[in-house]
Amino acid sequence: MSVKLIENAVGRMVPTEINGQKAIPYMGIGKFIPKKRKYNSYISTNAEFPADGNKKVKNLKEALQKAGLANGMRISTHHHFRDGDLLANMVFDIAHEMGVKDLIWFPSASFPCHEHLIPYLEDGTISRIEGSMNGPLGKYCSEGKMKGVAVLRSHGGRYQAIQDGEVHIDIAVIGAACADPFGNANGLNGKSASGLLGFALADSQFADKVIVATDNMVAFPCVPWQIQGNYVDFTVEMDQIGIPEKIVSGTTQITKSPDRLLIAELTARFCEEAGIIRDGFSFQAGAGGTSLAIGKFFGRIMKEKGIKARFARGGSNKYLVQMLEEGLVEYILDGQTFDLEGVRSMRENPNHVWTSPFTSYNYHSKGNFAGMVDVAILGATEVDVNFNANVVTHSDGYLLHGIGGWQNCLFSKTVILPIPLFRNRIPVVRDEVTTICGPGELIDVIITERGIAINPLRKDLFRKLKESNLPIKSIHELKREAEEICGIMEKCVLSDEIVAAIKWVDGTVIDVVRKVL
Amino acid sequence: MELGEQISRSGNCDSNSKGDCCISIELKQSGGVDFELESKVKVFYGKSIERLCRSILAFFSVENAVIAIKDNGALPYVIAARIESAVKQLIVSEKEFLFDFLTDNLYQSNKDRFRFSRLYLPGNTPYMMINAGLHKPNGIILDLEDAVAVSKKNEARYIVRNALRSQNFNGAERMVRINQGELGIEDLAFIVPHNVHVILVPKCEFAADIYKIEEEIRRIKKREDLIQDIFLMPIIESALGVENAYEIAASSHNIVAVAIGLEDYTADLGVQRTNAGTESLYARMRVVNACHAAKIQAIDSVFSDVGDMEALAENVKRSKLLGFQGMGCIHPRQISVIHENFAPNWNEIERAKKIVNAFHESEKNGLAVVSVGTKMVDPPVVKRQLKVLELAINLGILSKDWRSKYVG
Repeated sequence: MSVKLIENAVGRMVPTEINGQKAIPYMGIGKFIPKKRKYNSYISTNAEFPADGNKKVKNLKEALQKAGLANGMRISTHHHFRDGDLLANMVFDIAHEMGVKDLIWFPSASFPCHEHLIPYLEDGTISRIEGSMNGPLGKYCSEGKMKGVAVLRSHGGRYQAIQDGEVHIDIAVIGAACADPFGNANGLNGKSASGLLGFALADSQFADKVIVATDNMVAFPCVPWQIQGNYVDFTVEMDQIGIPEKIVSGTTQITKSPDRLLIAELTARFCEEAGIIRDGFSFQAGAGGTSLAIGKFFGRIMKEKGIKARFARGGSNKYLVQMLEEGLVEYILDGQTFDLEGVRSMRENPNHVWTSPFTSYNYHSKGNFAGMVDVAILGATEVDVNFNANVVTHSDGYLLHGIGGWQNCLFSKTVILPIPLFRNRIPVVRDEVTTICGPGELIDVIITERGIAINPLRKDLFRKLKESNLPIKSIHELKREAEEICGIMEKCVLSDEIVAAIKWVDGTVIDVVRKVL
Repeated sequence: MELGEQISRSGNCDSNSKGDCCISIELKQSGGVDFELESKVKVFYGKSIERLCRSILAFFSVENAVIAIKDNGALPYVIAARIESAVKQLIVSEKEFLFDFLTDNLYQSNKDRFRFSRLYLPGNTPYMMINAGLHKPNGIILDLEDAVAVSKKNEARYIVRNALRSQNFNGAERMVRINQGELGIEDLAFIVPHNVHVILVPKCEFAADIYKIEEEIRRIKKREDLIQDIFLMPIIESALGVENAYEIAASSHNIVAVAIGLEDYTADLGVQRTNAGTESLYARMRVVNACHAAKIQAIDSVFSDVGDMEALAENVKRSKLLGFQGMGCIHPRQISVIHENFAPNWNEIERAKKIVNAFHESEKNGLAVVSVGTKMVDPPVVKRQLKVLELAINLGILSKDWRSKYVG
């Protein structure tokens, strides 16, 4: 099969067709304006549903059968249970048992626990995955073993793709920590509590059939109804949908690495000197060890100067909750809750608000709040001398991470990437990144342990930091320094075969991932 | 020779040893050099690692061998050190495979520089050296003594030697702690020619320990035609050492400081080391006094609880009150706490400014006596306050032209 490749606006060769569907090459920020109506789901009528509102079926298998599970369907699940998810694996166990083939799995993200699905990719139960790829599945895909091409989208891009009709979901299976027989559901109460269910919102609104599964079925009404039962076809009660200790695992400890702490401290100082930390400001806080440390340094500066933040965008966890409860932050706008303290706070505190990719990230809407955030502090596997950044592949070409909300957060007023200049002899600042996930014009500052590079487009930041003692260098100087220490890298050769496509927030193709050799 | 005797190994390759590699070399009768590499960075550096490896073997005239490298992102100077130490287990050679000196590493030190903090780095753990200088310690210590396992003593020397030439420590004073006794004398050949600034002499008990080391340093300097000073910092770690503190402190004009090591000292006394430090008060006071008598710096022992920054801060404050002028650290996060607490505080600076200003005023007015308000100030007091300000200026907490803005 030969697919036509054309050069997109960031100079990458991308296909005009992916998995038999037309694809639009990335045209630049805000350049692609789709002049059409949104996709919509079928009209349902109450007559088709139980008059008493009880949509409970015997088990997950019956729900899938009643939903009409058949060859070639697209099935969606969500990553609220993170590495403790049991539901997605069960769905495909059942599909396998039923002998269904060529399914497309459309998760909001995958985790190492989903390695369980590799045999189903091998035996044809699943033909491809469209979603952020982590660890073992990413490796499998990178080695060209998956039948179709993976499609990676940001959290906002996933909402956009569903509402625009780019992706049609046949069956959405929504796991919830708490639900009622009508289908109202939340992630707040019960042994599998994970906070919110925002990633499943689009699926509930647009999928042909919607199943809500829970291991904590309560009598109507289940409130708050983060997912509204009015969208739901079937409900299922199960013994266990997740492994609690893995649901809230993750990197919720502040780093102890002196080098990362140094980067975190430089980042906080930069924000202080650039005047970003001022009364009423807002910030995006990540959940990685370095981000948590940055939050701590922010808190120290805010306390010293008597500054309050209007809101923090999370990834919430105990550290951010502490800031909320100490009054350093007025609101947490939470996209994903990383520990039980976060869940508790969201349950108890009206200022700890659950959000969805629609309110925070969807680019095809009348605005979203990602752009209102003063500073977003994000990670990257690589950055190039034009400030383009990569979050999905490593320098050796392996696809090992998802995009998450990363692309969406690039629209905040200042985007900072605190990253080490090199990792175990592999420079992070390079001439060209392996995969472009975010265009350099949206990335403002790179902070490494050996120096800070400001994007030349941000003349205002240069002016503000003119008198600073911080180690401000050019991105080329940083690159040179990494090479002086690590040596010049030999070029990593990849195959021509495309194994994954990276979508931009507007659904256009910003880059592709090629098979490793 | 038995075949079994012809295999050598060096380096660390457990999965935690980032930035390191392990090497095995087997000498053969024929067949040339067979090179095997297992590395996470093989795609990026496989060819250059092979080139380096072959050039080192050729340098030592090893023509037939099987060399296997298991690498976890080691920098070239680390790989070279590992190969050289493995080669020298198999053959006798006077030659050394040296990289060119990194030009950033050619700076000199001086006797009077600050030594508030000095960061210990295990001599056989190259990964910890890469970013050490970025944390801005006054000095870094590549440790060949207690931080290196007995079986690794020899290979650590090659790492330390290569690091002195190739690893940038960002302006920190370059120190090495050698081993005790004969082993320590042998260590000198690996460091003296490579711009070491200060040699730390552990468990020092007599002036004679210093004489012996200085004699070997002189011999190497003469052989290598080196002229720069190499300073010494004896570490007193025993009851006997404490009794001989002044003798040691005054034993050579190259001694810039004496440090006290309290773990070994309290062990020698058979007492528990406490945070309050009452058990070592005499020893510390004696060392402080000996240092001030010999006009060198007195350096306090390391604080071992790396998680407790508040206790460290208290410890530093106590140490400063006793007359110490620096402290060792074993974790980079301790550095800033040590600097902040040894540095003059706001009250001390304000007081010093007042007195120094009065001194300049009276000089301008041709007065012989300095007075602040109604109080007379003695010349030694002025001298001490000048030192406080000099320190504050050098630390960047006071501007050099503070007097232009000074309102009394």
